Amino acid sequence: MKAIETKDLVKRFEDVEAVKGINLEIEEGELFGLLGPNGAGKTTTISMLCTITKPTSGSATVFGHDVKKESSTVRGMIGIVFQEPSLDDNLTGKENLDFHGRLYKVPRNEIAERISDVLELVELADKANVIVKKYSGGMKRRLEIARGLLHHPRVLFLDEPTLGLDPQTRLHIWEYIEKLNREKKITMILTTHYMDEADKLCDRIAIIDHGKIVAMDTPENLKHDVGGDVVIMTVPNGSEQLKTKLEQLEFVKSTQLVDGTLRLSVDKGETAIPIFMDVAREEGIAVPSIALHEPTLEDIFIKYTGREIRAQEASGFAGFHGPGRR
Amino acid sequence: MGDIYSIWLREMTRYVRARSRVVTSLITPLLWLIIFGTGFSSSLSIGGTSGTNYINFLAPGILGMTALFTSIFSGMSVMFDKEFGFLKEILVAPVSRTSIVIGKALGGTTQAAIQALLILALSTFIGVKISSTLGIAGAVVLILVTLFFLGMGFVGLGISIASRLENIEGFQVVANLLVLPIFFLSGAFFPVTSLPNWMKALVDINPLSYGVDAMRYAVTGLHSYALTTDLAVVVGFFVLMTVVGSILFRNVR
Repeated sequence: MKAIETKDLVKRFEDVEAVKGINLEIEEGELFGLLGPNGAGKTTTISMLCTITKPTSGSATVFGHDVKKESSTVRGMIGIVFQEPSLDDNLTGKENLDFHGRLYKVPRNEIAERISDVLELVELADKANVIVKKYSGGMKRRLEIARGLLHHPRVLFLDEPTLGLDPQTRLHIWEYIEKLNREKKITMILTTHYMDEADKLCDRIAIIDHGKIVAMDTPENLKHDVGGDVVIMTVPNGSEQLKTKLEQLEFVKSTQLVDGTLRLSVDKGETAIPIFMDVAREEGIAVPSIALHEPTLEDIFIKYTGREIRAQEASGFAGFHGPGRR
Repeated sequence: MGDIYSIWLREMTRYVRARSRVVTSLITPLLWLIIFGTGFSSSLSIGGTSGTNYINFLAPGILGMTALFTSIFSGMSVMFDKEFGFLKEILVAPVSRTSIVIGKALGGTTQAAIQALLILALSTFIGVKISSTLGIAGAVVLILVTLFFLGMGFVGLGISIASRLENIEGFQVVANLLVLPIFFLSGAFFPVTSLPNWMKALVDINPLSYGVDAMRYAVTGLHSYALTTDLAVVVGFFVLMTVVGSILFRNVR
């Protein structure tokens, strides 16, 4: 059975159609991402799946239970970590969790153990009895993740989980999310506008724009479709020679010589560069500088929404995305 | 049932934790009682209070004041939850909206009852005497029953208002335009019987007037309305406000 299934899900607010017919199928245990700019309809879609908002038309089920007709059952099965903080600042971390446990009917004889389990998971065990008002932003987010898991939901929704957090905390939160998905096999649905987050964490991503899904696939495939990374090597002497040598590498999709620079299209630029440099060294060819342009949200968007390509920084770059590239 | 208890428990945990607020919220009513009660007792003999000291007449009014303020603001705490996002956690849980309203109402009422009883106890030290025909136990029971229905009713009113307000600024407006008039026009300070007609009309439609009247009967044996009327009104108010509050709260996002 699919964890989540939606058919032509639509949401209209007065005169605005925020979600214009979404079809999703998410497998159990998947770490699925909804990627899109602000206002694309991500949060509205999630709200419908979480039974916070009623769909205008279309249907959605969570493990076979309809969100409209069986909303109470659905709520018992899902956990949500909201975008805005939703903790009670006047209670301690433990009290917040206890309250949650009561509302979700966690058996009283299990609650203490579960609370200490989740607190350990997010490394807040020593702050359990501190009033939440005193927690930092990162700690509050971790507590909310702990809370979302307390009742052992089958699906966990995370709405912009690392928005507004510093880079180190972001990394930690990503670690928890990955660990959870791996160890507990919880289906997780993540909304984000950060490409790196979706890329790093998600098994599959659906790109949403103006209320519709414009692309849905694994991050690899999506980036691959854009044409991959572009590596730009400055080669004053011997560029022809280097080009010939590098072309032969199986992961190099195409090469082009432009104005003393060698441009290559590869799947993963960051792993290709060291190999290119080794080859150049072996051939005795000097490469004074090298640049890498990774596919961005912008690139994927441009491809799938048909909006204008931005003015390119370097000449000849446009040629690289010529007719041969798809 | 368990849901109601969970919501109630959270309200009480927050209440007990805010110790300084609890103490200060006792001081205002006591000050009113001491200053107005003692002040007026010594200089005036108010018609219609037949023989009892003004301070005894006033005390039930002060209990009503405590119940009113504690309950309404407890009900309006829904707005703080909304403002600070915690309401979402409650709304998204598998808990019915009605349970939430009842749980909050019971929490607010418990707080109001505790406050009122504390004031009643403290007021006996400043000269207030319970002299009704019910005896002390009977008087306390009647007071508790009245406080229960008044409290639940006003929490319901607070929740109804908070469900319609968008932000905290409305709070001040409500406090001044609604709560204070309800308090002043409740017969807390003066007997209802000899008021000019326009004023009497306002007092007569105020549910607090009947609650104060019942409590006054408990403390002094005096009353302006029939006791059965008093109880009927407060119970009716309770039912009405719980229903309205639940309906309005159900539509909160």
